[in-house]
Formats: sequence, C-alpha cells, structure tokens
Amino acid sequence: MTLAVVTPYTVPVDLMDALQVTILILVAAGATAVVLIRERVRQVLTLSVYGVLLAVLFLAFQAPDVTLSELTVGAVALPIILLLTLAKIRKREE
Amino acid sequence: MTPTQRRWIFLAAAVGLAAFYLWGLSGLPGFGNYPGPYGFIINRIAVGQTNATGVVSTINFDYRGFDTVGEEFILFAAAAGVATVLRRLRGERERSATDEAADRDLPTTSSAVRMVALLFTGPVVVMGWWLASHAQTNPSGGFQGGVVLATAFVLIYLSGEFLVFKRFSPVALTEVVEAVGAGGFAAIGVSAVAMGLPYLKNFLPLGTVPGAVSSSGTIALISFFVGLEVAAAFILIIGELLDQTLLIRQGAN
Repeated sequence: MTLAVVTPYTVPVDLMDALQVTILILVAAGATAVVLIRERVRQVLTLSVYGVLLAVLFLAFQAPDVTLSELTVGAVALPIILLLTLAKIRKREE
Repeated sequence: MTPTQRRWIFLAAAVGLAAFYLWGLSGLPGFGNYPGPYGFIINRIAVGQTNATGVVSTINFDYRGFDTVGEEFILFAAAAGVATVLRRLRGERERSATDEAADRDLPTTSSAVRMVALLFTGPVVVMGWWLASHAQTNPSGGFQGGVVLATAFVLIYLSGEFLVFKRFSPVALTEVVEAVGAGGFAAIGVSAVAMGLPYLKNFLPLGTVPGAVSSSGTIALISFFVGLEVAAAFILIIGELLDQTLLIRQGAN
C-alpha cells in the first residue's frame, strides 16, 4: 500500500528506501559489534550506541512511538542498569 | 561421544535448521505487506471516536487499554521484585555513603560532567512531563515520558552525589508514587465499571477539537498515571542498584 498523504516533510520514496537499507546495515553491524566486543564496560557503551541506531531504524520505518521507547530504554535505562551491576560486581571482586 | 561424532551431529542439525529456515523465509509475505483490515479501520475512525490525534496512544490507552493495564503491572511487579531481591540480606551490612577514611580524598566528579548534568536536568524534566502529557496529540506517551523523567534523577546523581539523589527520591515516596500510578490506571477502569460501562471504557468528555491537549477523555489521564508509575518504577530500580553498588557490603555489622 502506498502512502497517499503528501506533506512538505514527505521524503521521496527512493531516498526513503536508501535510508532504510543503510540503517538496516548499520544496525546489523552494530549488533555484531556488541556481540564481538568482550570487554564488559566497552560492550555496554556499544550497546547504548546500538540502542540509538535501533531508534533511528524505527524512525525510518515510521514508528516514532517505538523510537522514543527504544531511545529511553535501549540507549539510556538498560546501559545504566548494566553499568551499575558491573560496578557492584567489580567491587566484590576487589 | 567423540568430538568427531559430535561434529557430525551438529552438521546434520545445522543443515536441517538452515533448510527449514530458508523454507520459512521463502513463504514470508512481501515487505510492508499488511493483509488485515483492523489497522485501516482504526486509522479511519480513531480520531473521530476519541478526538485524539495520537492514534498509537488511542490504541494503547483506549481500544487495547486492558492489555496496557497488564503491561503496567508487569513493570510494577518487576520493580517490587528488584526491591525484594536487592534488600539488605543477613550477612550484609550497610555502610555510610561518605568515605569512612578521613585522610583519603574522595574522587570528585569532574566539573564537565557536573555542568552538563546540571544543564540537562531541567530540560529533561520538562521533556518528560511534556511527553507524558501529550500522548493524545503526538507520538509520545506515559511510558516514554516516565523513563525520561527517571533519567532526570540519574542526572541529579551524576551532577551531585548519591546523598542528593536519595534526598530527591526517598524510597518510601517513590513507592507511594509508583502505587498511585499503577492504581490510578486500574481505578479509571473500575470507575467506568461503576458507571455501568465496560472496564476502561472512555467515559470522560472527549472535548470538541481533535488534537487539543484537553481532548481525548481518559486517554490523557491514563497516560499521566502511566508516566507516574513508570518514572517511579525506574527511579526505584536504579536507586536500589545504586544502594547495592555504593552502600551494601558483605560481612556483619
């Protein structure tokens, strides 16, 4: 189904396709990076960047609500919780 | 089992998985394919029925409000679970948040971090409330707004110190706010029942202008309560984790 509504903000279809393919590739690369990085703190920070990428992906696929949820939870709240847990574990290991 | 046997079993399983996976993929509907009429119907009637232009919120808080109550209580139970699991156990002691060794300098927060955190705290609070109170007009809602509000408290922790964070978000108060948020949502649903309507039926006046902040009846109110509950739940979870990291130690008192 094609979108019937054209606004001053409507992006041409070709450009939108290119954007969607680009962001899909970036998300795949980001997910691979999160899995491959073994150092824990760095992994959490990469996860946060991955959350931002995923948020952009949702925006490019016309889901602004999910974008906001992903930004707040994936890029901020989850990394904070993980970093605090890592700090606790590190204290115990000392 | 020898490694060679194990490898063969793995290979057989992997080939089988790949075959089924490809078979499944080949039968998928095309990209962006949407067969059902439900979405189209909702798109056509939602604004007229509720005077809310944020149709995603209309679905979350009105048409499928009952599902959202369930999600709400999942988060409520999760926060309660974290608070229970992370309580101070026997064999653990709580030490003071300030450093006990008087002659040791505390690592200070860099002024750059302090400055950025202070600058952002106010705008983040405003944005959180804005998101939580505009679910009916924009793509936003109580959940997103609530998490943004909670991050404002994390900024307070970053800019000042742990004690300030605790002063701004005492556990008892946070728990009360969380309960009010979760209970408020459920109570709106029960109020509808008390008026002889179905549970969570939108019983408030819808306003006259579609897209006005005051339109949409119960949708805006539910979003507000969801915002309270989510913000409090996240503050509670992060606060418990901060307690664990900074205060609680192994060993008896």
